[in-house]
This record gives sequence, structure tokens and C-alpha cells, in this order.
Amino acid sequence: MFADFTHSLYKCFIYKDRYLLFIEGIQNTLLIALVAVFIGIAIGMLIAVIRVYHQQTGKFKFANAVCGLYLTVIRGTPMVVQLLIMYFVIFASARNGVPVAMLAFGINSGAYVAEIFRAGIQAVDKGQTEAGRSLGLSSAQTMRHIVLPQAIKNVLPALGNEFIVLFKETAIVGYIAIVDLTRAADIIRGQSYEAFIPLFTAAAMYLIIVIILTQLLKVFERRLAKSDRG
Amino acid sequence: MIEVKNLYKKFGQLEVLHDISETINEGEKVVIIGPSGSGKSTFLRCLNLLEEPTSGEIYFRGQNITDKSCDIDKMRQKMGMVFQLFHLFPHKTILENITMAPILLKLMNKKQAEEKAYGLLERIGLADKALTYPGKLSGGQKQRIAIIRSLAMNPEVMLFDEPTSALDPEMIGEVLDLIHELADEGMTMVLVTHEMGFAREVGTRILFMDAGSIVEQNKPAEFFANPQNPRLKSFLDAVL
Ligand SMILES: Nc1ncnc2c1ncn2[C@@H]1O[C@H](COP(=O)(O)OP(=O)(O)O)[C@@H](O)[C@H]1O
Ligand SMILES: [Mg+2]
Repeated sequence: MFADFTHSLYKCFIYKDRYLLFIEGIQNTLLIALVAVFIGIAIGMLIAVIRVYHQQTGKFKFANAVCGLYLTVIRGTPMVVQLLIMYFVIFASARNGVPVAMLAFGINSGAYVAEIFRAGIQAVDKGQTEAGRSLGLSSAQTMRHIVLPQAIKNVLPALGNEFIVLFKETAIVGYIAIVDLTRAADIIRGQSYEAFIPLFTAAAMYLIIVIILTQLLKVFERRLAKSDRG
Repeated sequence: MIEVKNLYKKFGQLEVLHDISETINEGEKVVIIGPSGSGKSTFLRCLNLLEEPTSGEIYFRGQNITDKSCDIDKMRQKMGMVFQLFHLFPHKTILENITMAPILLKLMNKKQAEEKAYGLLERIGLADKALTYPGKLSGGQKQRIAIIRSLAMNPEVMLFDEPTSALDPEMIGEVLDLIHELADEGMTMVLVTHEMGFAREVGTRILFMDAGSIVEQNKPAEFFANPQNPRLKSFLDAVL
């Protein structure tokens, strides 16, 4: 019994250096999620600013309509389909799926981050804008130096959460031939004829990283609250 | 210095300002009093276009600021505004709160702005707070910082909207004292307040607003001794 289990472990990790596949997988998973969340933040912030500006001033009609369309399409279609379209249609000549996945997840995440930022901007007291404008700052300067910094601080915890969500959602990148953590486990399952160990290894790795990230986020939120200068 | 001509302001169907014409001359300290909801804040906020008038014209130093071609940001640099709730920037230190606008607007370099800020902070006895954040200050300190934040722009007129209404009673004095000093130095100001004693002492002219109009105005002594309008009489009876 024990010998069986050790043998299974051996088959899944040691034999043909299969553990390396897990390492490659987790690296890709983390890398895709990390780059995607930054792309998402950039897109999301831009969209949120455009939408709030439009709401406040009525300007940027066209840009606002484009943003609305983007949000509708991204949130109304499955992530897997978006990923497949990116890889097989838009970047049909791409050899390496990793950058494509980063972009696809970033564009997808941007739609959700935009809503996070929009709420964050709207949560900043209107008096802040009025104080900035009354000093003679332009609306752009007021947004950049007064409203956005406060909004970003408000939404940092939500952005951390978005990263955790993304980290798990990337498990579908195997569809475009990327070896991520999930795909690594699946490959080893096929090669070793062992399902339990590789799949539970993947699950445990996701879980451990999510727990670590959640704890880090909590510490960070506490520090943020402590530095809250009211 | 400020000339208001036939100013109307509506919020949707609600008419908040009704045909106001008024001139504020250099050096005047105009105090606006009146019941809550009478349009005092709206009037004040129209003067620097924080509220856009529905119709009418406002001239600042001869320039029509309600004209579309007017660079309102430029005009606002010369019109300081102090709010009931201070609106200090919580993510900036006290020093940065004061230096931010002059630096961003390229009116001063960082060194000049900081020198100016420290000078103002020393004046109000808060130089030791320069590097702390607004959250650490009392209400009275916050409001005095808000006032010198405006002063750092070297404004030609200061607009105050109930600057002491949100303060604990024991902090009202320090803020009024500072405003009093500015008045004595010749600053042109328009001040909305419920502090009648202060209005009488500092004001050069008192306006009484009711239901969106300026229904009576006079020099302070006359204004309080000899009110004409029945609504002003009952208002004064209630508050004095
Ligand atoms: N942004 C706004 N939208 C709608 N109504 C407003 C707005 N601001 C003020 N009002 C209304 O205008 C009237 C005058 O308000 P305000 O100028 O603040 O009066 P005061 O400062 O004299 O108390 C009030 O009835 C108020 O409810
Ligand atoms: Mg008011």
C-alpha cells in the first residue's frame, strides 16, 4: 500500500523530471495573471475616467459609446471564447500563446476593473473636486492629482481580489496550448495514468497560493486602514 | 471687482436664484445672511462658476466669466474659496495641500511654494504640522489650513461659505480671528455666515437673501438697527 503510493509519487514527480512541468505550469499561471491584472488596471482606469467624465460633463460621447460596447461584449461572452478568438483569429500567426493569453485576460479583466474604478472614483467626495477646481486646477489636473489617487487607494483591496480571481481563471489557457498549472497536471495525468496525485497537486497549489495572496491582501488592507489619514 | 447681472439659477424645475444683480467692489467685505435654503451657497458658488448660472452674466475684473470663451480656471486662481467642510486633500500632507496648486499651475517652483506655505503656516502657528496629514488635525486647524491653502494662490477675493458652521463651538473663534485678520489687511471678501456678531463687526455691507433674491442690504449698523423687510425682521428676531 505505502509502496504503491510512493511509486505513484515517483511516477508523477520524479520520473522523467515531471516535477519540472509543474514548475513551468505554475510560473506561466502566475505570469499570465500578473501581467493581465496590470493590463486590466490600465484599461479599466482609462475606461472609468472616460465614463465618469462623460457622466459629469457630457463630453467624450464617442469614446464613451466605445467603452459601453466594450463592456457589453466582454461581459456578455465567455472568457474561453474570447481566448480562442484572440489566439486562433486575431493573433492566428502567434506561436507562443503566453502573450496572447496575457492580453486576452487583461482585456477581459479591464471590463471588471473599470467598474471597480468607476465606483472608486464616484466614492471620492465631490467636495474634493470642487476644492481642486476652486484653486484653479483644470478638471484633468483635479482628476489626476486629487481624485484618482484617492480612488486608487479606495480600490486597492478590490484590485487585489481581482488578481486572485484572475489567478484561478487562467486555468483555461490550456485551450491554446499553454502549459499552465492545470495543463501540467493534466499532461502528467495522461502520461502516468495517475489521476489523483497530479490533479490534487494542482488543486493544492492553487489553494495555497490563493490563501497566501488572501493573507497578504489582509495585511495590506490593515496597513492601508492604519495609514488612513482621514 | 465682481459684477453680477440678472443672475438666475435653476436646478431642474426649482428656481434657486431669481434675478440677482449685485456689484462687489475691491476691499469690500460683503456678508450674506439668510435662512437655510435661500440660495446663499448657490449664489456664492456661481461667483466662481462652481455652479453654472442658468442665465445672467458675471464679470470678474471686467471679464465676463460666464462667457464660453473665458478661461475659468485662470479666473479661479484669483478667487479663493473656503468651504463649510474644509475639503482638504486627505492623501496629501498639509504642506502639499498648500503648495500643490501653485506648483501644478506653474505659478511658483517647489522651493518658492514651500517658502510661501511655511510663511503662511507660521502665521497661523501650525508650522509644526507641515508634514502631517489632514486627518490628524482638529476642525479649527483644518479650516485655517484650508484658508491659507487659498491664500497661497494670492487671490484677489475670498469666498467663504459658512466657514465655521461645521466646527465645534470652541474652535469657531480661531477661524473667525483669521478671517478677521484678512479683512483688516484689506482682502476683498464675500462671506456667508450665521455668526451675526462677526457679520456686524467685519462686514462693510450685509445682504439678506430670501427665496433666491437679495431682499435687503445695508451697512452693518443700519442693517441690524433698522431692518425694513418683514422677513428680515423675523429672521433677525429668530437668530439674535
Ligand atoms: N446641486 C443641487 N441640485 C438640486 N438642488 C439644489 C442643489 N444645490 C442646492 N439646491 C437647492 O437650492 C436651494 C438653495 O440651496 P443653497 O444655495 O444651498 O441654500 P443656502 O446655502 O442658503 O442654505 C435649496 O432648496 C437646495 O435644496
Ligand atoms: Mg449653504
